[in-house]
Amino acid sequence: MPQYLILIYDDEAVRAAANPEEFVRLLKAHEEFGAADGAVVRAGHALQAADTATAIRADSSGGFVVTDGAFAETKEVLAGYYLIEVAHLDEALAVAKRVPAPFGGVEVRPIRVFE
Amino acid sequence: MTDAAGRQWSEGASAAAVAEAHRREWAFVLAATVRVTRDLDLAEECVQDAYAQALAAWSDRGVPARPGAWLTTVARRRALELLRREATMRRRLPHLLTEQTEPGPGDGDDPDIPDDRLRLIFTCCHPALSVEAQVALTLRLLCGLSTAEVARAFLVGEATMAARITRAKKKIAAAAIPYRVPAADELPARVDAVLTVVHLLFTTGHTAPAGAELIRRDLVERSLELARLLRTLLPDEAGVAGLLALILLTDARRDTRTNADGRLLLLAEQDRSRWDRRAIDEGIALVRHALRHRPPGRFALMAAIAAVHAEAPVWQDTDWAEIVALYDLLVQLWPSPVVALNRAVAVGFAHGPAAGLAALDALAAEPQLAGYAYAASSRGAFLARLGRAAEARVAYEEALLLTENAVERAYLAARLRDLTEDEPSR
Repeated sequence: MPQYLILIYDDEAVRAAANPEEFVRLLKAHEEFGAADGAVVRAGHALQAADTATAIRADSSGGFVVTDGAFAETKEVLAGYYLIEVAHLDEALAVAKRVPAPFGGVEVRPIRVFE
Repeated sequence: MTDAAGRQWSEGASAAAVAEAHRREWAFVLAATVRVTRDLDLAEECVQDAYAQALAAWSDRGVPARPGAWLTTVARRRALELLRREATMRRRLPHLLTEQTEPGPGDGDDPDIPDDRLRLIFTCCHPALSVEAQVALTLRLLCGLSTAEVARAFLVGEATMAARITRAKKKIAAAAIPYRVPAADELPARVDAVLTVVHLLFTTGHTAPAGAELIRRDLVERSLELARLLRTLLPDEAGVAGLLALILLTDARRDTRTNADGRLLLLAEQDRSRWDRRAIDEGIALVRHALRHRPPGRFALMAAIAAVHAEAPVWQDTDWAEIVALYDLLVQLWPSPVVALNRAVAVGFAHGPAAGLAALDALAAEPQLAGYAYAASSRGAFLARLGRAAEARVAYEEALLLTENAVERAYLAARLRDLTEDEPSR
């Protein structure tokens, strides 16, 4: 069966403006999602804020350039993910619509399989 | 050559029968073949091959009683041959996911060849594809147009269109967009996506965005055929009835929209005795059916507006109050700036140009209307009727800048000339 990564993106400004009760509600919403859709979830995690990211690029002389921050400086940043396994994209989209993402939205990416 | 009934078959008659079957049966044959190949490209190849074989076989042995079934059998046989050969070589790309279960709605009477056209339609018009890709795939896979023909229909280069189609097919395979009719709870939104594609095809054909001709007949015909097909396959969907009605009622005016010299004629100027009465009667019956659904859908409401025009024997008898009332409903249901613009134009005819202009001015802040030619030309028409010629000229000049269809450009240029000649007011 195909697997999909559901990437949760947050608008960091919206998230920063949220109050503590909203985070409590969000946590509960993820627990409820897990209870309802856990059967298709293979993995899932929340991530620390994007300013804790470290980017690593190979340089031209065989070494690495290590920099503070995420790859792309965008309004929406990757905040968490679920890896799910379902029959086809329609089911993946149905699950993705149930993933709580009050500070942004989600992106659904098929996992590439090498044979 | 003679067929079973002893009739003579020429190569010409066989070619005509193949062309007819291409137009009528392409979607059925391809959809049934995809079920075997589970791969769009391979299915297309096999179906093209079957049509090529038909040319010779039908000329030799006559046209079969059921050309669609004949073509499907040949295409599927070819597909199985290729798949067997391929299986020994390498595994193909990810397969389309089909449900090998119960027959879907609209399945034909031949149990060996189910009617998979709905599956094909919902795959082509999947919301995970861009609208441009949905339209291109619909013309390519459901209408059987070549990539070059699809490219011409949308005035883009063939290489661009080929890349667009290839990318869409790749996404269907890689993201596992299924080959299936959506579940009941998804159906309303998915049917609406299909109707949007067919409506876009119709509007692109009804008033070509660019070029010398006002109308692209081929696209109008294709949209009408697709709407009729959907009406057969989804008889319970009121939105389908609404869209078919809208196309019939709007296209009924086709022969009167330009004069003998190719000049654009407005609704007010058209010879209504030459409107297609049969299309109007069919359209009005469908509108009545579609409006019974509560709440009415956007296509049913647009069709109802077209029906009010169709029922007025002359322009002066148009029931503008009814049209404004229908637009009020439509704006609530579908709050699009373009719908609001059309409502403002109707208000101008119901309550006079000053009221129309006020309704237009209320939309001035809509960014979607800033580059929209009909917003500028409607403004120009109201201003001209109010005798504000200088402002009307500015509005028509703006509309001309935004218009690429030659027939519409000629109309706008004529309005500008009228305003110059009638200085200072008209």
